[in-house]
Amino acid sequence: MNTGNIIKISGPLVIADSMTGAKMYDLVKVGNLELMGEIIELKGSTASIQVYEDTSGLVVGEPVVSTGEPLSIELGPGLLTAGLFDGILRPLNVIAEKAAAQGLNSEYITRGLTAPSLDRELKWEFKPVVQKGDTVQAGDILGTVQETELIVHKILVPFGVEGIITEIKSGAFTVTETVAKIADTEVQLMHKWPVRTPRPYKNKQIPTTPLITQQRIIDTFFPIPKGGAAAVPGPFGAGKTVIQHQLAKWSDADVVVYVGCGERGNEITDVLVEFPHLKDPSSGRPLMERTILVANTSNMPIAAREASVYTGITLAEYYRDMGYNVAMMADSTSRWAEAMREMSGRLEEMPGEEGYPAYLGSRISAFYERAGIVRTLGSEERVGSATIIAAVSPPGGDLSEPVSQATLKVTKAFWGLDASLAAKKHFPSIHWLNSYSLYKDNVEEYFINATDADWRDLRDLAMQILQKENELDDIIKLVGMDALSTSEKILLDTARGLREDYLQQNAFDDIDAFASTRKMYLMLKAMITFHTEATEFAKNNTQVEINDILELSIRDEIARLKNTPESEIENIVPLIEKISSTIHNLKDNDKTEDFGINKVISGI
Amino acid sequence: MKKWYNTIKEIAGPLVVVEKVPQVAFEEIVEIRDSKGNIRKGRVLEAGKDTAVVQLFTSTDGLDVESAEIAFLGETLKFGVSDSMLGRVFTGAGKVKDGGPEIIAEKYLDINGSPINPGMRQFPSEFIQTGISTIDGLNALVRGQKLPIFSGSGLPHSEIATQIAEQAQVVALQNGTDLVQAEEPFVVIFAAMGVTFEEAQFFIDSFEKTGAMERAALFINTASDPIVERITLPRLALTLGEYLAFEKNMHVLVILTDMTNYADALREVSASRKEIPGRRGYPGYLYTDLATLYERAGIVKGSTGSLTQIPILTMPDDDKQHPIPDLTGYITEGQIMVNRELHNQGIYPPIQPIGSLSRIGVNKKYSREDLSAVKEQMASSYAKGIEIKELALILGESALSETDKAYIKFAEAFENRYIRQGRRENRTILDTLDLSWDLLSILPKKELKKIKPEFIDKYSK
Repeated sequence: MNTGNIIKISGPLVIADSMTGAKMYDLVKVGNLELMGEIIELKGSTASIQVYEDTSGLVVGEPVVSTGEPLSIELGPGLLTAGLFDGILRPLNVIAEKAAAQGLNSEYITRGLTAPSLDRELKWEFKPVVQKGDTVQAGDILGTVQETELIVHKILVPFGVEGIITEIKSGAFTVTETVAKIADTEVQLMHKWPVRTPRPYKNKQIPTTPLITQQRIIDTFFPIPKGGAAAVPGPFGAGKTVIQHQLAKWSDADVVVYVGCGERGNEITDVLVEFPHLKDPSSGRPLMERTILVANTSNMPIAAREASVYTGITLAEYYRDMGYNVAMMADSTSRWAEAMREMSGRLEEMPGEEGYPAYLGSRISAFYERAGIVRTLGSEERVGSATIIAAVSPPGGDLSEPVSQATLKVTKAFWGLDASLAAKKHFPSIHWLNSYSLYKDNVEEYFINATDADWRDLRDLAMQILQKENELDDIIKLVGMDALSTSEKILLDTARGLREDYLQQNAFDDIDAFASTRKMYLMLKAMITFHTEATEFAKNNTQVEINDILELSIRDEIARLKNTPESEIENIVPLIEKISSTIHNLKDNDKTEDFGINKVISGI
Repeated sequence: MKKWYNTIKEIAGPLVVVEKVPQVAFEEIVEIRDSKGNIRKGRVLEAGKDTAVVQLFTSTDGLDVESAEIAFLGETLKFGVSDSMLGRVFTGAGKVKDGGPEIIAEKYLDINGSPINPGMRQFPSEFIQTGISTIDGLNALVRGQKLPIFSGSGLPHSEIATQIAEQAQVVALQNGTDLVQAEEPFVVIFAAMGVTFEEAQFFIDSFEKTGAMERAALFINTASDPIVERITLPRLALTLGEYLAFEKNMHVLVILTDMTNYADALREVSASRKEIPGRRGYPGYLYTDLATLYERAGIVKGSTGSLTQIPILTMPDDDKQHPIPDLTGYITEGQIMVNRELHNQGIYPPIQPIGSLSRIGVNKKYSREDLSAVKEQMASSYAKGIEIKELALILGESALSETDKAYIKFAEAFENRYIRQGRRENRTILDTLDLSWDLLSILPKKELKKIKPEFIDKYSK
């Protein structure tokens, strides 16, 4: 233990001298209140420390004690049941109880209050799967704990430990009680892991299984695989948080780690209130049972905000190592970068672009590299994945800024949110023309197997229609509708349908909020079939008024397919089958309404 | 015993650098005594081994390096609060400004507050009826929300803010038809930073005229008052707000105006500290700093009160991407856009629904079943109407179909009947809904795609 003294305090930065022997990124306790901090710079025996709590009232000369260990978090059963943590994994509900017990205002986070992340009293039923005398290596499963109804928590042989099991217990234990002995090493249900160090694995694999998000625009056009990384940049009000919430709710991950990094307190409360009532689609259990919330809202100390994304990804890696597919949502990484910038400024480092430190890019890429699908340690073949879906909040929505650019370099899926779509209440406001996913080819085979051979053609044709619409739009603005051919008019109508009834998805509608891959396929097939049949028919029957085709009642039925409950989606199949005959039955009707501008108003 | 040091080395703007000081605490309060014996207060911005940087709460006019002395008080800034502060006017330093008696504090609180534990928050959902259709009908305000007004110079944001303050009322709809007004009245805390004398007087007058003054506390820093007070002022107002809301269980509405002046003051202090500037010269921590104000809104468990915020900011050159509106928008739960074009057309209140947003939905039990669908339909139909209007300019009237014409008619009626209302016109939410259905009847029924057919059958006119 090294004890030094404070010589300077400036906001969250504290400088202490006589810190001989302290190491970079060691955790320290600052001042008489023992505020938690981390060493971020060493010059001789002088250490610069970022403090995770408000520093007001700290006095120059107060002691600073190094714990000799890097910032680590506790990993073990109870993470999924604690509900809510802050950026350095302090359980916020326990902190509130503690504050109340001390007669403090429990609605506020009181400085200096700490509590272990995992409940020390609670006993967990441990079921061993190995026997005394077995030889194990790091990553092998020693036994299991039923953490929630949804998740079986696997207790693994810690990293760096191997040998013969000399003792193995069974029964109810707290997280700190020894449940096994490997050679001379005692193993408990919990262990600690330094958040800035990626957890080891055997090797990474190329991700090929999509994370089924049940969001039509994502799964169809810009998919993300399990183990991939996606960026969601957008100006404020474009719906970044709603998308993150939707993915946390409806994606087929086993465990979800949701990191609210420098964002609104009420959004976290929203998750806390809503998730316990939402049911996991496959198991019917409350979504909260698979969700860990890490919240460092915008008014909580910035140093802990900086740590929160590392805390989040470490939690994700921990469950990945058990063989689970974990999705981590980070909302928003721009706030994380800003925290870095603030600390860098206070350290008087040479600034890079827009005042961000020069190491911004390398930190961001190192973080995203912790995503991936891996073969985990251990003698048993086990594959787990950690997927990162990160919101980026570019100032003014301008993507040329450093955080967006550094993020785009390393994430392979890009869901670009568009303010003008949001203003038209087109949600999710992911713009189809400037978003991309480089994973598309990786996951194609999966989708074709899950749907049908024509999946790719349908999808590509739909995208072509949307692109063509964009081109035609310019022409209309110059010369008007009359210059368009009948087939172009049909195309515009199909594009409008795709935008309004396929790409748009109402997150607050009980039925529309999610869509299975099968439902997506059928919806897309119906829309595209109508399009091709109508185009073909119009070509051969030039005397037919285009509105007669577009105002067929089947066209309305197709538009309303999004409201079909999952239990009834097979009814779409006969609908698709009768599209062709319905169109061909068209007789020469009286002329109806003109084809007006509002029919083609584009969403662009 | 105060110990006075005469080791002041440097004075720059509101900052004073002191040498050879004892063990100083970060954010400690200091007193500085000038040669005439006048005392000014300040706080420690940076505590070093033998130097400290102090920021004065008032100006440094007339201070000199030679004779001024400084004392460290050994405590951080606390503000004495009491519910007897309602009906009173204060300065940015928290001093009584209306000539009335001094306040006897019930409690002394740290003006920076502490972050609310997200686990102890309650999700806001109680509808506040402002009586303004464009807010209630399209972007409803709820208790505990922070909903800023984005405006520009010369636009009537102050009128809108006072109209909201005067008319705000929590209502619930019983059986979807009967309007029930909640008993608890609102308390208004008004924080004015760097406003002109006329603006300040406008607020005081309108509060007095409507009798709202007795349930309001005003903190006023005019354009000629010390700049540093603009930084403490919103914190004082919010400290009082939190006290009244969470300890006295009142429903508090805090109006902060003008946040642009606040951010400019912050920039000025940051520049005199020689900090590395971020965008447009504002400090890199502007986001965090604004968040420590805005995030103090909310509802917490264990209290029946609430703190709702309406910050007002004037966007420089009406630019929404300027750092102040931009960062504000990232923190607050939506924004109400005040629009110059509508204002120039003589429409009051010139609230533009396109671009306005309220992120928090109203709990179903406080609204009518059709509210949310009508809201979506009105907003998107208006946006479409505007777009058709613009296209018609290029393509000419002849390109318009009947439906197109209906949309244009709808957009015009929307501006003239829905957006436009009187300065004292207080529309109930049922009035607003009625009006909405009235206007929607201009459009062909098949265009109402965002509303369920059963609602159309039930409510359409």
